[in-house]
Amino acid sequence: MSKHTQQPQSAFDTALLQGALLESLKKLDPRQLWRNPVMLCVEIASLITLVTFVLSLSGANKEPAWFTGAVSAWLWLTVIFSTFAEALAEGRGKARAASLRSSRTNVTAKLLAKPDFNSAFTTVGASQLRKGDCILVAAGEMIAGDGDVLAGAALVNESAVTGESAPVIRESGGDRSAVTGGTSVIANSIIVRITANPGETFLDRMIGLIEGAKRRKTPNEVALEVLLIALTVVFLLVCANIAPLSSYSVKAAGQGTPVSLTILTALFVCLAPTTIAALLPAIGIAGMDRLFQKNVIALSGRAIEAAGDVNVLLLDKTGTITHGNREATAFVPVGGHSEQELAEAALMASLADETPEGRSVVLLAKQNNGLVRETPKDAEVVEFSADTRLSGINLAGHQYRKGASDSTIAFVKGLGATSIPPELADLVDRIARAGATPLVVSRDNEIMGVINLKDIVKAGIQERFLQLRSMGIKTVMITGDNPLTAAAIAAEAQVDDFLAQAKPEEKLRLIKEYQEQGYMVAMTGDGTNDAPALAQADVAVAMNTGTQPAREAANIIDLDSNPTKLLDIVEVGKQILMTRGNLTTFSISNDIAKYFAIIPAALLSIYPQLGVLNLMGLASPYSAILSAVIFNAIIIPMLVPLALKGTKFRAMPAEKLLIHNLLIYGLGGIIAPFAGIKAIDMLIAVFV
Amino acid sequence: MSQTLLELVQVLFLLVVLLALVKPLGGFMARVYQGERTFLTPLLAPVEGLLYRISGVQPDDEMGWKRYAWSMLLFNLVLFSGLFALLLTQHLLPLNPQKLPPFSWQLALNTAISFTTNTNWQNYSGEQAASYLTQMAGFGLHNFASAATGMAIVIALIRGFSRRKSSAIGNFWVDLTRGTLYILLPISIIAALLLVSLGVIQNFSPYKTVPLVQSVSYDKPKLDDKGAQLKDAKGNPVTENVIAKEATIPMGPVASQEAIKELGTNGGGFFNANSAHPFENPTPLTNFVEILLILLIPASLTYTFGLMVGNTRQGWMLLGVMILLWLLCFGVLQGVEQAGNPLVAKLGVSGGNLEGKETRFGMVASNLFTVTTTATSCGAVNSMHDSLTPIGGMIPLSLILLGEIVFGGVGSGLYTMLAFAIIAVFVSGLMIGRTPEYLGKKIEVQEMWMSIITILTAGVVVLILSGLAMITPSAVASMSNPGTHGLSEVLYAVASMANNNGSAFAGLNGNVPFYNLLGGLAMTIGRYIPAVAVLAMAGSLAEKKYIPPSLGTLPTDKLPFAVWLTLVILIVGALTFFPALALGPIVEHLTMR
Repeated sequence: MSKHTQQPQSAFDTALLQGALLESLKKLDPRQLWRNPVMLCVEIASLITLVTFVLSLSGANKEPAWFTGAVSAWLWLTVIFSTFAEALAEGRGKARAASLRSSRTNVTAKLLAKPDFNSAFTTVGASQLRKGDCILVAAGEMIAGDGDVLAGAALVNESAVTGESAPVIRESGGDRSAVTGGTSVIANSIIVRITANPGETFLDRMIGLIEGAKRRKTPNEVALEVLLIALTVVFLLVCANIAPLSSYSVKAAGQGTPVSLTILTALFVCLAPTTIAALLPAIGIAGMDRLFQKNVIALSGRAIEAAGDVNVLLLDKTGTITHGNREATAFVPVGGHSEQELAEAALMASLADETPEGRSVVLLAKQNNGLVRETPKDAEVVEFSADTRLSGINLAGHQYRKGASDSTIAFVKGLGATSIPPELADLVDRIARAGATPLVVSRDNEIMGVINLKDIVKAGIQERFLQLRSMGIKTVMITGDNPLTAAAIAAEAQVDDFLAQAKPEEKLRLIKEYQEQGYMVAMTGDGTNDAPALAQADVAVAMNTGTQPAREAANIIDLDSNPTKLLDIVEVGKQILMTRGNLTTFSISNDIAKYFAIIPAALLSIYPQLGVLNLMGLASPYSAILSAVIFNAIIIPMLVPLALKGTKFRAMPAEKLLIHNLLIYGLGGIIAPFAGIKAIDMLIAVFV
Repeated sequence: MSQTLLELVQVLFLLVVLLALVKPLGGFMARVYQGERTFLTPLLAPVEGLLYRISGVQPDDEMGWKRYAWSMLLFNLVLFSGLFALLLTQHLLPLNPQKLPPFSWQLALNTAISFTTNTNWQNYSGEQAASYLTQMAGFGLHNFASAATGMAIVIALIRGFSRRKSSAIGNFWVDLTRGTLYILLPISIIAALLLVSLGVIQNFSPYKTVPLVQSVSYDKPKLDDKGAQLKDAKGNPVTENVIAKEATIPMGPVASQEAIKELGTNGGGFFNANSAHPFENPTPLTNFVEILLILLIPASLTYTFGLMVGNTRQGWMLLGVMILLWLLCFGVLQGVEQAGNPLVAKLGVSGGNLEGKETRFGMVASNLFTVTTTATSCGAVNSMHDSLTPIGGMIPLSLILLGEIVFGGVGSGLYTMLAFAIIAVFVSGLMIGRTPEYLGKKIEVQEMWMSIITILTAGVVVLILSGLAMITPSAVASMSNPGTHGLSEVLYAVASMANNNGSAFAGLNGNVPFYNLLGGLAMTIGRYIPAVAVLAMAGSLAEKKYIPPSLGTLPTDKLPFAVWLTLVILIVGALTFFPALALGPIVEHLTMR
């Protein structure tokens, strides 16, 4: 597969950090921040503490200025850390988008009057091309927009899009007709019919997505935000409630001062789920970015999250479960011939056969039987034809052939064969039933034996499916093979189910059936005939080498055209949700320690007895409150790497995974701030 | 100690009897609400049919959630108006042998709301203010109607889970009728007969005046013309000495009221002393029966739920969480009450805190009643919660503040618990990397909104109202124990009203405009906003398709989820009320040490 030319960048590249810092300050603008309501509340809280700081400087507020000043500063930092996390996540995408954009500056196109190589053309800018226009692209030129090859075939360098430097063939008709704007033709000329208006091309969409400009919140994200906003409102009321309750208590106890606005504001920010709210945008953006590092473009965040929910995977057999091509694995002679004789005949019949199957026969003859032959010059090559369904060569008076059982038998009978070895029918049947393809070899009018052509299941694929199964995902193999062959391969690869002799309408029906039963279905495809099924699937991954209809029907595009990528996509989808869930639990668990830090400190002057709630033994009320505020702020940058990388994905049953994550983020979330706040308090005690 | 151990056995016994009844009653209720045949069908189906014909209800006319909600609100509005009018005119109506005057409009408003919302907060003394007609046609009717309303709502929510791609969640009038006719009425009749046989009175006699064996002298607080306590310059109540030689013994149709009061988790006592009154609750056995009646329907509904969603383990899991929290709270309450008051101990008096306990039943039976009545939204009391130790008092207060989900009110307890389950499912679903789903239904934005509204509305009202009370002089003046304990009294009062519990910490004079009016508002908001949110959620859930569980689905009927749900409930409660509790019971407890 491909090399990843986009090197995974470290989260803390210096230039990136500087850019993010600048951007994070711009994001403080309330008109931008309102998209994150929790952080907007924190910004308002910061403003309030700024006012109390100014008041304590002027003496109108009795609290020491170092305290109000420090609280205000750290509240501002809390907001900045949050915008910084978002900017950092976006920054990585922006750098990539910039390099993409540079690849299509000043492209001109030769607009043809009619789709003919000899037609006259006018030179226009790429931005003037419209859907349906036909352009001529010659060797060394850049393709000005997305389109379909109408005529010709060319070698195209798509590294600008895929990062893959090896050129690919694009030709009219078939499944390799789509070309992408921004890629360049290396050899030959093609006529391309433009299929996307400027601004709507694949590259444009990619840039938009990577930049995060068009990022919409996913339904899951919105639902989580509902929870976070509700918690924020409750904590706002909790803090507002303390004011009258504490002023009543002052009267009742006859001592102390009501809890000040600075402390109430600080308490509010500490209690509000700032940690998760600050990192929420970064988690989504970083997830898309991680996919991009794997050369996968998700056309929406929703598609990635849906991938996390998938419980049925429809996988094409060829290329995903098995290596693309069948390979010869054994020679089985019949009619008293030796294996060596058969190997010899099979080799001769395959010498001129340039198909992967043919080459695998040559290879097997060399490996197993030590036979090496060059194609003799005087050989007469018989190409495979739909009529005879045979191929081979005529050499030195002998006719070597190989082909399907019935066609080979017909051929030898035509040459005057009187009897067919009786064991042949059984043998052919046995091989076919084992999921392999029997290829019968003949020399003149004699049947020599059978080549066992087998689909080779990719190494390690069984473990992958096992992993999927333990996550509750069912795998279904889709193949054009007959049910017999399909069943054998399905058993070997250990998929849960298969669809044999699959036609487009059957794929579509299968997907609809699963969806009807409530399953989320993902599928991969590349051909135009896959397009209806792709459009129906919840998660549709199109190969970049696929046709334009397939790419348009999909919501995820794999630039490497590697169908097993679907598994990675599922993983990233789950990671995004898990990271959100884990950080939410962590954020809320933190509140327990913050209460124990702030409440005794805030109420100590009224009820000194509440000192026993100061479990952490914090030095003074002011340092206790400040420590909680500082902890609340610095936990955000400390968790940025986690938000960008995502929590580690583990394939284990739901219940175990929940217990595991609850222990780390729930229990850890309760304990960590006790330790953190105490440590910060000890540090503050040194300075104050 | 062995005495206490013996007393503790009744907790176990209660649990065994309750668990034995959950399955038969839960199964019966499922059949009733699904319109299936039960052993009562031959007897009641003609009555049911007649009611539909009279009222023009088409029993198979299924409603969408909006129509269901409007029907529910309309029904409750009519109920409220009826009771409000009755309270204002009871002096003109029959069955008023004591010639009791009408309620003031503010008190009538508060009381009418209180009974319509299944709160049964009482800013009056039953025997001194309510005629027999008011008790029976007013309060009695509402005890049935408000309970049946709560049950109808939770059944609609359960249908939301069990139905697939459906726009309807049932017919409110049918659910209301069936709940009353097949469930509440038969059990009430049996329970009332049982209570009468055990000594609870049931008559229409005028109050009886009897001479006291020994005359009693006591200090009676002086009231001003508005009914508020007079206070001297130091803020202490002004009292006058009174010598009583005879006593008036109130009478009335108590047993019939008592049965539905407990069964419908209503809690509005016939007498001011509620279930501490010997005519309402004469023996330890009636005490046991009453506790059982309180728990009966809320606990059995979990089984109804399990049956209707096709997996009874789901119901048992919720019941398990409820029982766990209930036992936990009882354990703490029993422990701190048994340990007693350290200030009293300093005076050389050892032993548990018996102040305010119903000594006829003992400490365990009092504590068990206290925990049960606040865990459910019943609000009947057999002992004085105000006299509990600070931490002891925090237990019933916390049970109310948790949102009335530990069994909870009939219907309302389960639907609020289900809303909590949805929040728990949402967060845990994310933590395992899936779009959260509960009982095969995807939890999305709409469900999150509605669940959050359901579980947080009461808490928000408590936070706002308790804050307001502290800066309202008349509200502060109502405390009889100013200071930390007074703060607990106010917190308890607003919590009890907003969560539709109705029990009082006592010690607070609730019959002042602040508590009458704002309390009425709190009860209304606390009841109907969650109710409508739950119905909206039912509608949205019913429309969704069913997602079959797979290995990647988090099982919500197993121990890990039960533990997680318990933690979510406790954490949400603790985070919302820790500061208020710190300034009330916690600091009071610390001051006493």
